Amino acid sequence: MSQLRGWKELPLGAVAFRLSTDYKTGDWRALKPVVDHNKCVKCMLCWIFCPDMAVIWDGEKIVINYDYCKGCGICAHECPVKAIQMVPEFEEG
Amino acid sequence: MAVVTPKVPPEKQTLLNVNGDEAVAWAVKQSLVDVVAAYPITPQTIIVEKFSEFVANGEVHTEFIAVESEHSAMSACVGAAAAGARAFTATAANGLALMWEILYIAASLRLPIVLAVVNRALSAPINIHCDHNDAYGMRDSGWVQLFVENVQEAYDTTIQAFKIAEDERVLLPVAVNLDGFFLSHTLENIRILPDKVVHEFLGGYRKIPKVKVDYFDEEVPLTLNPAKPLTFGPLDLYDYYFEHKMHQVEAMKNVPEVVREVNEKWYEISGRRYGDGILDTYGVEDADIIVTVLGSTAGTVRYVVKKLRREGKKVGMIRIRMFRPFPHKEIAEILKNAKVVGVMDRGISFGSYGQSFLDINASLYDLKERPILVNYIYGLGGRDASPELIEKMFKELLEIAETGVVKEKIRFLGVRE
Amino acid sequence: MPAQTLPQVPIKKGEPAYKLWLFEPGWKGELPLITNPRELAEKKRPALLPGHRLCAGCAAPIIVKLASFAFRGPTIVVTATGCLEVATTIFPYTSWAVPWIHNAFENSAATGSGVEAALKALKKTGRLPYDHVDVVVFAGDGGTYDIGIQALSGAAERGHDFLYILYDNEAYMNTGIQRSGGTPKYAWTTTSPVGKVLPGKMQHKKPIAEIMVAHRIPYVATGTPAHWLDFIKKVRKGIEVDGPAFIHALSSCNRGWRHDLHLTLEISRRAVDTCYFPLWEWTPETGYMLTDRSLAIARNPKLKQPIEKFVELQGRFRHLLKPENRHLLKELQEYVDQVWEDLLNRASNAPR
Repeated sequence: MSQLRGWKELPLGAVAFRLSTDYKTGDWRALKPVVDHNKCVKCMLCWIFCPDMAVIWDGEKIVINYDYCKGCGICAHECPVKAIQMVPEFEEG
Repeated sequence: MAVVTPKVPPEKQTLLNVNGDEAVAWAVKQSLVDVVAAYPITPQTIIVEKFSEFVANGEVHTEFIAVESEHSAMSACVGAAAAGARAFTATAANGLALMWEILYIAASLRLPIVLAVVNRALSAPINIHCDHNDAYGMRDSGWVQLFVENVQEAYDTTIQAFKIAEDERVLLPVAVNLDGFFLSHTLENIRILPDKVVHEFLGGYRKIPKVKVDYFDEEVPLTLNPAKPLTFGPLDLYDYYFEHKMHQVEAMKNVPEVVREVNEKWYEISGRRYGDGILDTYGVEDADIIVTVLGSTAGTVRYVVKKLRREGKKVGMIRIRMFRPFPHKEIAEILKNAKVVGVMDRGISFGSYGQSFLDINASLYDLKERPILVNYIYGLGGRDASPELIEKMFKELLEIAETGVVKEKIRFLGVRE
Repeated sequence: MPAQTLPQVPIKKGEPAYKLWLFEPGWKGELPLITNPRELAEKKRPALLPGHRLCAGCAAPIIVKLASFAFRGPTIVVTATGCLEVATTIFPYTSWAVPWIHNAFENSAATGSGVEAALKALKKTGRLPYDHVDVVVFAGDGGTYDIGIQALSGAAERGHDFLYILYDNEAYMNTGIQRSGGTPKYAWTTTSPVGKVLPGKMQHKKPIAEIMVAHRIPYVATGTPAHWLDFIKKVRKGIEVDGPAFIHALSSCNRGWRHDLHLTLEISRRAVDTCYFPLWEWTPETGYMLTDRSLAIARNPKLKQPIEKFVELQGRFRHLLKPENRHLLKELQEYVDQVWEDLLNRASNAPR
């Protein structure tokens, strides 16, 4: 948030004026999920369970939206075929 | 002020013999109110009882929610108003104290809710009689506060309240205060307008204002609308809260103009107006002694003023009709030429003065020449303010004008030592 | 965001997710209840948008997401003060793609009542451009068990048509893990810490769902995000029923319960497997009915796990695993067994 608005530019009734899709929570991660598409059986459980709506089904394969993924690891844990691995977000050293 | 023939002359208005509570109920009946959520508390009970009769007879389309507490009453009104409804509730004393938290929320969310407060003393000890401390307790909440003098005005002002609240320049909730028992349970003959005239005055059902947010290209209605979803009541951190409060500060600045306009418009249709809508004065033009007062006691004060003026005393009175926003400039303009001003308060801020005294003090501070101010606390817990007592007060004020000496700045009128 | 190629109806190609939730005036019909996971992924979008600031691994957004899959049309959401409300609406951002209001902590049911009444009044006077708008209230255990119970009970008694979903993380989590009426016995919280004399909270969890059953409202159920299909169906039933509906959802909190982030759903599963949190629904006509895993356990008691299985994953119960606290764990097990037996006796579909 660079320039904060003055009161004359804020909407009436203190309603929120931006969608949170503008706020990228992906930088919260310490671990990130990586999908092995060969193992994935497209059961959609990772899509169903992701608390951050960061798993996308694009019609053909599962894609992780790293803009929002917080690295909780639920998708990797719930995957019945262990197709998702949690790897460190940052390189060692 | 211009004198015009009212659109609905008195003969065409229906004569009713009702008490203050019933008058408010009649006003709500005619105001196309969508939701009434109320909890009974003496002396407001007759408002909800009378209104429940209207609902049971199908005379109104209103959804009546018999909530389980006053806190829920105001909460339900907030929910209803946010969903686009015209909402009303009524309470008194401890009931108002219970909904205190939500009053601030209603004002901050800019919801034009109308609340009838039947002024009653706060416990303890429990007392059901008239006192203004309950209304004074909400003076910081961001609500517009109007005080009425008689039952006719209770009817007139309740309808006006919807118009003031929903005005796009205001969009603030409005509280209409009427004295417990003195007005709420006292029968008076009043005139009410035909339904259609009231509907027209209010512009029909509630109109929703528009708001602009980044994720919609055009302005959208400020309401809970599945076509254009909005988020009401977000979390503010220290980076935005102050700015949001400025909106309320600005809105309050627009209120006096709207109150005056509505007062005049009402006069044009009914033939009745109350001062300029904000202050109702009598005999102040040449007065050395002026007394300020709120609520029904103004009638007694005016009676005493007339009596004393017949005796040649230069006295006058101001009834403060609009207490919030406080008309600092207007009051200063009237009081600046007086010698002594008695400020009557039917309440007290313990450890300080009466609440209107503090505001009147602030109004006069910057004047080069200021009158002497004396605070009279009176009528707590329904203690009667008789003409004799009021006259005693005027005698004291006249004496102070003579001697220029004020022995006690705050006096308690009518209490036994 | 990578481009999504999606079927046309009801989602338009390339349009942002929230636009699914814009119901034009005059919208008619009913959104289908989809239970097939692939179909869900293709046709549904959550009413909660990404970018919210709930903790990583929080169960609450999963509950909201699943609930929104069951919405059947225009819906207004009311939320009580708490984790969900605070983290999804930090000004100027909002994560809600549906009309949403937050009033205060203890009055979400009263606010919901006001919204519901307003909708009725608008409909009566021809000002509501929809056949029906649903009202769904989300509140935490803080705003339900304790400070919010008056409003909830009042709204239930008055029979307003709304669905109240309690996301129960068993403490006042948003203010820093203080105990609530929903905290289980012997759980550590900051206001019922484990010390030399007291081993955590000394009172049992208030049976909130049973209190709502006692109100005899049209629908009461329990659910967890792990048993997602069961939960979605229950939310739909709650919305469809005419009158108040109440769903008690177990919402694990990795911060307050002290468990690993990825075990959120595992813990809900174990809560049901150990019969700590049985899955059931209740209507005035059918009485208690066990569902999903709890029904399976009733039919095959061998599936019931000992309470250690639930306790061992959570730091807030760590003291119970110490040898000197064996008796506390035993007491907890007896309590869980007792409540489970009671439920089996009352459930109309439990085997006799």
